[in-house]
Amino acid sequence: MKIALAGNPNSGKSTLFNELTGLNQKTGNFPGVTVDKKVGYANLLNKSGLVIQASFIDLPGTYSLQPRSIDEEVACEILKNKNHPDYPDVVVVVVDATNLKRNLFLVTQIIELELPVVVALNMIDLAGHLGISDKASVLAERLGVPVVPISARNEQGISELKTILSGLIMPSTIKFAPANENPAVESIERYNVISALVNDIVKEDRPDNKISLTHRLDKLLTHRIWGYLIFLLVLFFIFQSIFYIAAFPMQWGEKLFIRFSDLGHLYLPKGELSDLLINGVLSGLSGVVIFVPQIALLFGFIALLEDTGYMARVSFIMDKLMRRFGLNGRSVIPLISGVACAVPAVMGTRTISSWKERLVTILITPLMSCSARLPVYTLLISLIFPAGTSSGFFNAHGLVLMLMYLIGFMAAMAAALVMKFIIKTKEKSYFIMELPVYRAPRWTNVAYTIYDKVKVFLFDAGKVIVAISVILWVLSSHGPSGKFAEIESRYNTVPTSDLADNNALIAAQKLEASYAGMLGKAIEPAIAPLGFDWKIGIALISSFAAREVFVGTMATIYSVGDAQNTMSIREKMMIEKNVTTGEPLYSKAVGLSLMIFFAFAMQCMSTLAVVKRETKSWKWPVIQFLYMGIMAYGASFVVYTLFK
Amino acid sequence: MKQGGTYTLASMKLGERAVIDSFTDNEMSLKLLEMGCTPGETIVVDNIAPMGDPIAIFVSGYLLSLRKKEASTILVKPAMNS
Repeated sequence: MKIALAGNPNSGKSTLFNELTGLNQKTGNFPGVTVDKKVGYANLLNKSGLVIQASFIDLPGTYSLQPRSIDEEVACEILKNKNHPDYPDVVVVVVDATNLKRNLFLVTQIIELELPVVVALNMIDLAGHLGISDKASVLAERLGVPVVPISARNEQGISELKTILSGLIMPSTIKFAPANENPAVESIERYNVISALVNDIVKEDRPDNKISLTHRLDKLLTHRIWGYLIFLLVLFFIFQSIFYIAAFPMQWGEKLFIRFSDLGHLYLPKGELSDLLINGVLSGLSGVVIFVPQIALLFGFIALLEDTGYMARVSFIMDKLMRRFGLNGRSVIPLISGVACAVPAVMGTRTISSWKERLVTILITPLMSCSARLPVYTLLISLIFPAGTSSGFFNAHGLVLMLMYLIGFMAAMAAALVMKFIIKTKEKSYFIMELPVYRAPRWTNVAYTIYDKVKVFLFDAGKVIVAISVILWVLSSHGPSGKFAEIESRYNTVPTSDLADNNALIAAQKLEASYAGMLGKAIEPAIAPLGFDWKIGIALISSFAAREVFVGTMATIYSVGDAQNTMSIREKMMIEKNVTTGEPLYSKAVGLSLMIFFAFAMQCMSTLAVVKRETKSWKWPVIQFLYMGIMAYGASFVVYTLFK
Repeated sequence: MKQGGTYTLASMKLGERAVIDSFTDNEMSLKLLEMGCTPGETIVVDNIAPMGDPIAIFVSGYLLSLRKKEASTILVKPAMNS
């Protein structure tokens, strides 16, 4: 039996869905469209003791059956089209009992579709003073469908709802508003009927406590000074958690994977397959798994802010500012999460209802300086600004680093501004949004959100990341036939005192001879105007998978010629000479140019994979890759030419 | 913008009360009607964002935030008792 859950946003639909289906949930896509589909399964017991298997579909929240966004279109299509694969046998319409009038608008529209309908009168605990629970039978009679008072968050009335669902439900034949060519006239007629209905069953007194508490909280949280200050404090707290709390499980994860690969080296037979498993698949997997704590924490916080009603206020106070850049108040949180990692940030854009504004947010988020750029920046800054260029509290290193973050943010805003004029859409930008009342977070909902996002990331983005890692492994560990054997035999015949050094030397030479090395040499003419040589070229190519790979690649490349292996990567890079001029290769110009390149270029396969998933097409990740690449190339060229 | 005693929601002050009269934008009116902004409904301006836009109104039992541009398509008249 297929049961659809419909209802207004904030009506408690998702809480009820979680309550009914537990962990038996799947997230997928509705056929042919780019909207998430949540399906869950549960067994219902009917009166004669027979078990009925029911699948619940959580439809996107909607205020009416006149669709105005993709989300709403999906909900309408499923309810109206009898041939749709998800066409339900029964519709449960979840209604916020504290806001009957607006919620009943959708209820009456769905009833008129002549589908079997059950109304779940939710939040009955909060609506107690309105005396609704006693009037459920009156409401049922007037609507012609069963009405079950429930409180999803207190698990009240759930079994009653299940009992009704397991029985036979007849569709109502009542028409509430005469069909009219003018949808506005029809809406007004519908409201007249509903008003009369609501006035008959509810005592119309509204000294509503929860609204007045919300009103008082809003005075503080949307205050023109305190509001922004509290927002900044919340952000600061989230950042600290993501950087510091997530760091521990991430380190454990990394250690675990190093242990795995050590074990692999010890016990697996030497050969191509083991190498592929250890250096390709395993290192790819570690690149996926170690992000899980960050993703879980970030989504936990976002779900928490969303659930309490605070997120709506952040959008409210930031909307005007963001609008100037073609963004929306709801773009703020993803942009800020991008400083930790663009992957969860891109997934966080789901809350933006306008497709264009969401798309622009997705496209610009990777310009925010993420944590993977940090090791690259640190290495390059220490290379081109000798220590000691500090005066008192102000440290040149810190200042340059801060400047890099600022450049990233300004580039993101500038890119948004350009896209605002380029990307065309038929969809109008609305900011008609409910500000829900503040309430305590529902921890189980938060837990379900974390579970769901982590699962999606692991399986959907994970597949792509592992595939790319394998390709990269093949490119850097293979070369034209004979080359590798030749290198090995050359070093085996000339024994050196230090075997480890010898191995590093072989590795470096192999890298040069590998397909990745050949690629580096091939692109050298293209990157020469930016001040980069072929060695940087290899590092650039390998770091297109993930930025942090750069430092490791550099370490391998510059092992060449350092027989004693006593110098750090930084020192090795410092003494590297430009072949033609004899000057140090890593001048200020090269270093700055390289940093700017890393600030702008789209060097993150994980992000591209997630963008592909979120936009449901290859078009946008490709465009993003290209525009950021062009920006990076142009900016690097300008910087190199200026400082040369 | 006053038309026969009506003015737009966008011109209302914080805490001011009024009754919805009609809409000037057909497309916007559908969205607003769904959200409970029906003619005859009493509204109160509950909050104005720090930069003056968007605003939040109390309508049919809940808080609705909308931009000034959207608010300017709603014509209101003075509330009878306030």
